[in-house]
Amino acid sequence: MPGQTLFQKLWDAHVVHVEPDGQTLLYIDRHLVHEVTSPQAFEGLKLAKRLPRRIDAAVAVPDHNVPTTDRSQGIADPISRLQVETLDANCAEFGIREFKMNDVRQGIVHVIGPEEGLTLPGMTVVCGDSHTSTHGAFGALAFGIGTSEVEHVLATQCLWQKPSKTLLVKVEGQLGRGVTAKDIALAVIGAIGTAGGTGYAIEFGGSAIRGLSMEGRMTLCNMAIEAGARAGMVAADDTTIDYVKGRPFAPTGAAWDKAVAWWKTLHSDADAQFDRVIELDAAAIEPQVTWGTSPEMVVSVKKRVPSPTGAPDDVKRQDWTRALEYMGLAADTPIEQIAIDKVFIGSCTNSRIEDLREAAAVVKGRKKAAGVKLAMVVPGSGLVKQQAEAEGLDRVFLDAGFEWREPGCSMCLAMNADRLEPGERCASTSNRNFEGRQGQGGRTHLVSPAMAAAAGIAGHFVDVRTF
Amino acid sequence: MQAFTRLDGLVVPLDRANVDTDAIIPKQFLKSIKRSGFGPNLFDEWRYLDHGEPGMDPATRQPNPAFVLNFPRYRGASVLLARDNFGCGSSREHAPWALEDYGIRSVIAPSFADIFYNNCFKNGLLPIVLDTATVDRLFRECEATEGYRLVVDLAAQTVTTPGGEALRFDVDPGRKHRLLNGLDDIGLTLLHADKIKAYEEARKTAAPWLFG
Repeated sequence: MPGQTLFQKLWDAHVVHVEPDGQTLLYIDRHLVHEVTSPQAFEGLKLAKRLPRRIDAAVAVPDHNVPTTDRSQGIADPISRLQVETLDANCAEFGIREFKMNDVRQGIVHVIGPEEGLTLPGMTVVCGDSHTSTHGAFGALAFGIGTSEVEHVLATQCLWQKPSKTLLVKVEGQLGRGVTAKDIALAVIGAIGTAGGTGYAIEFGGSAIRGLSMEGRMTLCNMAIEAGARAGMVAADDTTIDYVKGRPFAPTGAAWDKAVAWWKTLHSDADAQFDRVIELDAAAIEPQVTWGTSPEMVVSVKKRVPSPTGAPDDVKRQDWTRALEYMGLAADTPIEQIAIDKVFIGSCTNSRIEDLREAAAVVKGRKKAAGVKLAMVVPGSGLVKQQAEAEGLDRVFLDAGFEWREPGCSMCLAMNADRLEPGERCASTSNRNFEGRQGQGGRTHLVSPAMAAAAGIAGHFVDVRTF
Repeated sequence: MQAFTRLDGLVVPLDRANVDTDAIIPKQFLKSIKRSGFGPNLFDEWRYLDHGEPGMDPATRQPNPAFVLNFPRYRGASVLLARDNFGCGSSREHAPWALEDYGIRSVIAPSFADIFYNNCFKNGLLPIVLDTATVDRLFRECEATEGYRLVVDLAAQTVTTPGGEALRFDVDPGRKHRLLNGLDDIGLTLLHADKIKAYEEARKTAAPWLFG
């Protein structure tokens, strides 16, 4: 019998019941909840007179609607405020642990889970948010769900699932200086397309992945959904265990030893069979910049905006033409000649301490370009903010003319007051460059934190390796 | 949940690949704490020329005459014909809620994003995968024929064209059963409450740090 993949090990450990047609009732260990996708789920529970099965498995935090400026006056937008208040009320009513807006532990749900040790290796983790794939970085099976499933998990602690196919993305070798996990993620999406991972759980492996910090692994798994895969994952190893140790909700004492013994088995066996394998050479990956309205529309910073005449088929040609029109770009423009209006450093993809350090290292001692209207840095959580301030990173950004904000999802999806105006062009460390994502008519270019910082200084995209 | 059995519906063709959930229902409408009322804001940024915000009266908006849903011939459509990777992006169930609230009961495309596909079945909406060549042909027929309708029969797993051709589609048997009968997932799951409890007891012994 061949060995097992990490996905199979995680799956097998959570099977409660299997129907004859293969539909499996899968047990959920951790349920992360935020204000946008939960109100209708709580309402559903109340209408059916049901109670959450395990309040200890759920943790809530408001992140999408929260302001990133002064919070002492609360939330100005009454509709946003009602949504956050509804989360507070639901958590209070059902006894669910919540890190409220003014708690220092508040932050983006996918940042605080790992930070608090609420995300652990071997867990199944779900959240009503597609970027739940982030938590797979810990050797966990983590995926996003809709609101009906949020209600289902609250009521039953389980979900009906069918096993995914498995895709191994193997990245071997040494990443070049200035090339990060974000560039790997974008390069993978560029290679397989935004639907390339549909139906698969992606495992990222190879020496370049083993060499990444937990922050880097989270960035990579976060973007698995942009390749179409609901789940991304990385094997648990010493890097994982070192990160988890001592976190507030991590096990201690004998339970820690027992947990570690199991976590050390959370990797694909050497002879495990994947449904599909793709390989990338780490050394060949250059800093990436998206040029269009889908994360797969991406090239190296050294390249030019592609021409629709080179598109592989008619549907793509139409897509590329439309994307260029929306983005206000001419085919064949060198990426380094694209000037930007705004910089956004933040989001569940790139707002952790390592991301802020990378951006600060580029910014240090320099000034924001005169043509850049706004460069904002939004830490992923109150604790990331605190850590960054202890290291003096806030001063580095402020001295360069960047803004230093309060934690939240912010301009990744512009549900709060942070947004692009029509036609504005942004170097963004977020995960989606869809039309209107950062504000109606806004133009998003996805890049790494270092590349976003460098663009903010230069006023246009530049190769951070030679900046 | 409303059941889905058979639908004889007008078809509207949306000729774009990778239609994401941000396009289906933009973020400003996600602030609602309700499950209904999203229909007027379906495809808001494409459908209107003015910027939409929650609470606006749709009658005061400026419809974009170039957007296909606004063509008079497609008014009242309940079948959406789409391209590859429909519903990609966020997990927002507001996307199927908006489609359903508008009156769309079935979406036909060569492929769907996983989370969106799954969310449809929780809301009485049937996503149907047909091969690219067939979808291409349906686009051509639909655009060439005013009043083009398709008959979707979930029990038979067929989409029937006006010419009488029955195109077969696949659907997971469990999902089909629940959709045909409009069954509540949670109620069905709780029939397995004993197994869930047994799993939890075993797990508490093997991995006690996952509890409490």
